[in-house]
Amino acid sequence: MIPAGWVERTDFTARSLLPFATVLLLVVVSVVPWHLPGLAPITPAFSLMAVYYWAIYRPDKLPYAATFAAGLLQDLLSGGPLGMMALVFLCVHGVVGSQRTFLHGKPFRVVWWGFSLVAPGAAALGWIVASAYYGLLVPPLPLIVYVVLTVLLYPLLGFVFTKLHNGILARV
Amino acid sequence: MRSIRGRALLQALPLKSAAQRSAFALLVGLAISLMIVSQVEPRTVERLRTGITDVTAPVLGFFSRPAASVAEVADEIDSIMAVHAENERLQEENSRLLRWQSLASQLGSENEALRAMLKVVPDPQAHFVTARVIGDAGGPFVRTLLVAAGEQQGVRKGQAVVTAEGLVGRVVEAGTSSGRILLVTDLNSRIPVVISGSRQRAILAGNNTGSLRLEFLAVDARLGIGDRVVTSGEGGAFPPGLPIGRISRVGEDAVLVEPWVKWGRLEFVTVLDYSLPGILPATRRAGRAHMINSPIEGAP
Repeated sequence: MIPAGWVERTDFTARSLLPFATVLLLVVVSVVPWHLPGLAPITPAFSLMAVYYWAIYRPDKLPYAATFAAGLLQDLLSGGPLGMMALVFLCVHGVVGSQRTFLHGKPFRVVWWGFSLVAPGAAALGWIVASAYYGLLVPPLPLIVYVVLTVLLYPLLGFVFTKLHNGILARV
Repeated sequence: MRSIRGRALLQALPLKSAAQRSAFALLVGLAISLMIVSQVEPRTVERLRTGITDVTAPVLGFFSRPAASVAEVADEIDSIMAVHAENERLQEENSRLLRWQSLASQLGSENEALRAMLKVVPDPQAHFVTARVIGDAGGPFVRTLLVAAGEQQGVRKGQAVVTAEGLVGRVVEAGTSSGRILLVTDLNSRIPVVISGSRQRAILAGNNTGSLRLEFLAVDARLGIGDRVVTSGEGGAFPPGLPIGRISRVGEDAVLVEPWVKWGRLEFVTVLDYSLPGILPATRRAGRAHMINSPIEGAP
């Protein structure tokens, strides 16, 4: 139902780009150094939270190619193996996409619980890939801290995304 | 109302057309082949990476400034709350440091005299570039920093990066106006070091956590907690004498070193250029320390 006039069409396009824009913004935000004493060594995977959320609620606005591009940008900016985060994001998107009928329409705590299962899976995939790439076993402890922090901070972003979804994306 | 509900239901149905599935498989294949390509052709990937960081460096720099101001406010609050205790501590430290200062200047002049007597070859002079840290991915897989200085400012691959506290890492990629630093705590970081007291040589390896491990120590090495660890300059990889940390734990399985640098407070870092020849023929010709990143190639 794409509207006719150019103003409406620009509005429609801008609103449709919002999910992809949030993922890209979070990729950049996770690279900027925040200098906060507790958060310094391990920043949580904000971009993963975004991919998870939009894969459940608006996969029509976040195609696989967009997830791949965001993962690639994360790899290029963070200095990790090129393609690792792209693969992890794609797998999360794929797995969550296949479970949409279960997760869509459920209360927030169920979605959070789902994320607490997906995030360790994504971290495990990243661990296998990084260990294979570097030829050494990546130490698991920082990874565990990373996963716990990410799962605990999900409600923060989930709340913001819900507001955006119900506000800006309601009529798109 | 009905059209909105209908649309919601449409979006709730699994979107698994054949085109979608094949797009997914294609993209997964692309991601895996990119990983393989980056192992086989590291230089191409490096050029791509430096190109992207050059483009995003201004954006990251813009975001880093407010982040730095937030950190300053947090620091202010912290320091206001601890003013009295901090004051006492600083006065004690001041008097202790004044005593060290006079001792150091005595030792310095004695050192000069002895070097002149023995005709010791002087250490090379260093040029340096100080740059703001604009990116710190903070991931559990890699520990790297992005800085807002590149080849235009004189930053080259392989140069050592320090702060006032100690060694931070080395430059692994240098774009036109941005650079990437591999921290000493990263999994792939290997630095030849020497223990200050006993002059024991070893290799300092990172493992993505806050502590570093000493490897390839001699079996009969005698170490103590608190011994200072500095770069040994072996192989022309790093200039010698750069402080890295102190030994924090000596156990049966591993000797751990705690770095001096406070990772949460890195706002500006200094890139040192000693014009070291490096260990590869190509770089020796060029007279600069270009290091190959892969651990397999033999460079630490």
